[in-house]
Amino acid sequence: MTNLKASLLALAATTALTAFAFPAQAEDSVFVPLFTYRTGPFAGSGIFIADGMHDYLTMLNERDGGIGGVKIAVEECETGYDTKKGLECYEAVKPKNPVMVNPWSTGITLPLIPRAAVDKIPILSMAYGLSASAQGDTFPWIFNPPDTYWDGFSQILKFIGGQEGGLDKLKGKKIGYIYLDAGFGREPLPLIEQLAKDYGFEAKLYPVAAAEMQNQSAQWLNVRRDRPDYMVMYGWGAMQPTAIKEAVKTNYPMDKFISIWWPSEDDARGAGDGAKGFKMLNWHGSTPDFPVIKDVQKYVVDAGKSQSPKEKVGTTLYNRGVYNSMLIAEAIRTAQQVTGKKVVTGEDVRRGLEDLNIDAARLKALGMEGFTGPIKLSCSDHNGHRPTFVQQWDGTKYVKVSDWIEPLSDKVQPLLQADAKAYAEKNAPWPARTEACDARS
Amino acid sequence: MFYREAGQYKTTYQADMSVFPILQDRIGLALIIVAALVLPLVAGEFMIASVMVPFLILALAAIGLNILTGYTGLVSLGTGAFMGVGAYACYKLSTTFPAINILVWIVASGFVSCAVGVLFGLPSLRIKGFYLAVATLAAQFFLQWCFVRVPWLYNYNPSGAIEVPSRTLFGIHVTGASATPTTRYYVALAIVIAVTWIVSNLVHGRVGRSFMAVRDMDIAAQLIGIRLLRTKLLAFAVSSFITGVAGAMMVFLWLGAAEPDAFNINQSFILLFMVIIGGLGSLIGSFFGAALIYVLPIIVRATPETFGLTIGAATVEHLTYLITGALIIFFLIVEPLGLARLWQIGKQKLRVWPFPY
Repeated sequence: MTNLKASLLALAATTALTAFAFPAQAEDSVFVPLFTYRTGPFAGSGIFIADGMHDYLTMLNERDGGIGGVKIAVEECETGYDTKKGLECYEAVKPKNPVMVNPWSTGITLPLIPRAAVDKIPILSMAYGLSASAQGDTFPWIFNPPDTYWDGFSQILKFIGGQEGGLDKLKGKKIGYIYLDAGFGREPLPLIEQLAKDYGFEAKLYPVAAAEMQNQSAQWLNVRRDRPDYMVMYGWGAMQPTAIKEAVKTNYPMDKFISIWWPSEDDARGAGDGAKGFKMLNWHGSTPDFPVIKDVQKYVVDAGKSQSPKEKVGTTLYNRGVYNSMLIAEAIRTAQQVTGKKVVTGEDVRRGLEDLNIDAARLKALGMEGFTGPIKLSCSDHNGHRPTFVQQWDGTKYVKVSDWIEPLSDKVQPLLQADAKAYAEKNAPWPARTEACDARS
Repeated sequence: MFYREAGQYKTTYQADMSVFPILQDRIGLALIIVAALVLPLVAGEFMIASVMVPFLILALAAIGLNILTGYTGLVSLGTGAFMGVGAYACYKLSTTFPAINILVWIVASGFVSCAVGVLFGLPSLRIKGFYLAVATLAAQFFLQWCFVRVPWLYNYNPSGAIEVPSRTLFGIHVTGASATPTTRYYVALAIVIAVTWIVSNLVHGRVGRSFMAVRDMDIAAQLIGIRLLRTKLLAFAVSSFITGVAGAMMVFLWLGAAEPDAFNINQSFILLFMVIIGGLGSLIGSFFGAALIYVLPIIVRATPETFGLTIGAATVEHLTYLITGALIIFFLIVEPLGLARLWQIGKQKLRVWPFPY
């Protein structure tokens, strides 16, 4: 019966650990939880983002002693891109008064959207999440700068139009859309339908289920049969390297294969030389040659305070994380200015996000001159709908190959408004906005 | 010494056949229910919202699967999808008829899931064992395909997800963002206690016995006059009713919004593991299984922080996988019949303690 005793002991030991204690927060710090995923099928993308976000905030703590003299308490919570774990993370960080939450998954963002207003914790879903949450009047607590997925698709279409000599030349063309068959990839479908009608192109849809991410041969067989003139990809995690490899294998012309802003260098590199010419949208630099990245290298990476390998610092998705953290930091800084407080709360940071105005001068001060474009949010516009550019894989790095492309706002805006309205109606009783508008500018 | 039935005389047949014949068991059960009722007064919000509510809902789903796999011996890999049927049914019903009480719809969605379950249970008469598991796998994939491909099911939302509207019960928010974890916990607790009580009566009665007869040897069961088709379909019906209710609760009382991926094959496997590790054909085993598979990783994850250790979030996650996996193997080696059997042995030991013979 030693077996029984041993197992009872193990049971007792595991149940004895049920006490959940949280370390006390230092008085003068703002708590920024980071929902990251360094494990699971999406880790291939998630690790870069996590490192970039963490390192920039660490750099601010090391170089400036935080923001406005207040240290940033950074804590990672591993979600594995899993909605249930993400919600568990949210409940775990909630008692520590986070100033904002970055879910880094559309699946985790959706259940948090109604909770944000109740818990008074703003959500920054940077260029992901619910596109309609760009409408600040309906979603006062949700922010998704600098672009929605609908903006992104319209920018890709505009770029294709530019290649063909005008949007009117799209008539009769076939545009393939290969996408992760989840909320994120399906969201642009109504816009694609609308635009296909308006411009007369034919949209071919190739959904990839999350479970089938690493086996896309069926989809690419169809691509070979349909021969679309252009391919557009909305992928994430393991879906992207697989799609690029399959495109190479099917001899699809890579310079006509354009992705939304999520692939990394590794995703393209894995497909070998054949991947040369692959294109993607982006809105910031993908090299370490910026003062801000140099500072991160100096204060964090070289000091051994980063989890990131040295050569990955300054790559596309790492810089995406840096950009995200820059928005966090600037929102906190703006909140400090608006309220005059040093230790701000979630409610203050919501105002800070609405008053966010990062102009060229501020970008220069941040060491981000030439890194990205200015952005300004307002009470009604929680997105900015900023222009993006196209960058192309040359075999070793991404090279910018286009000018800044504005989204087709006249097509996207009415859809966003209609969708925000529909969301509020479907989720009736949806609370009307009661938060006052500062309109500092 | 304290746990023995000496001196407890049963004077009626009813007392002799009761589910908990020993007084101490009844006291223990009452204590557990009282503890569950007062828990929100002492536990933090995290404990309620992220540990107890999911635990109750998963335990309920495990009970549902246990009816089918544990009591009737029909292996199912479609549990996740049947939970999905309940969730989507509840979403459609509640958004189409918002005036009607949400609790009614949670129960009603069980019946929708029940109908779908019976439909996919039809092949069970002809195919058995692993082959039936593969047939239920078809249900899993087909239903998940429906959740993605039939936009009517999610009210044509561009996000493709179902979002839970705010609903009240006696003026208190029970679903949606304004519902406090405590409210959601009490609603879940009430449903779980009610369903467990009903199921407990079911499996101890004629129907339960016919389930077990089919499990132990279906030809023999047929010979003693049990109609196989009806019994198997009834098992599918009861099982998918409970999993459907659990699915509706999962979205409405726990997650608050769900993508089709929430009901994927992984969910089915996790529930099957809960049933196997907890104990096949045991109600308390379903609770043990849910606790081991769902609650244990949360405890392991919270442990380093409790002791003031700072370990990277990803490392904690890897450690969690390692420790949970090791414990699962450990328990299965020590007691292949599941934690419920361990519990039973423990009780038996306690009866003769301190003078074992």
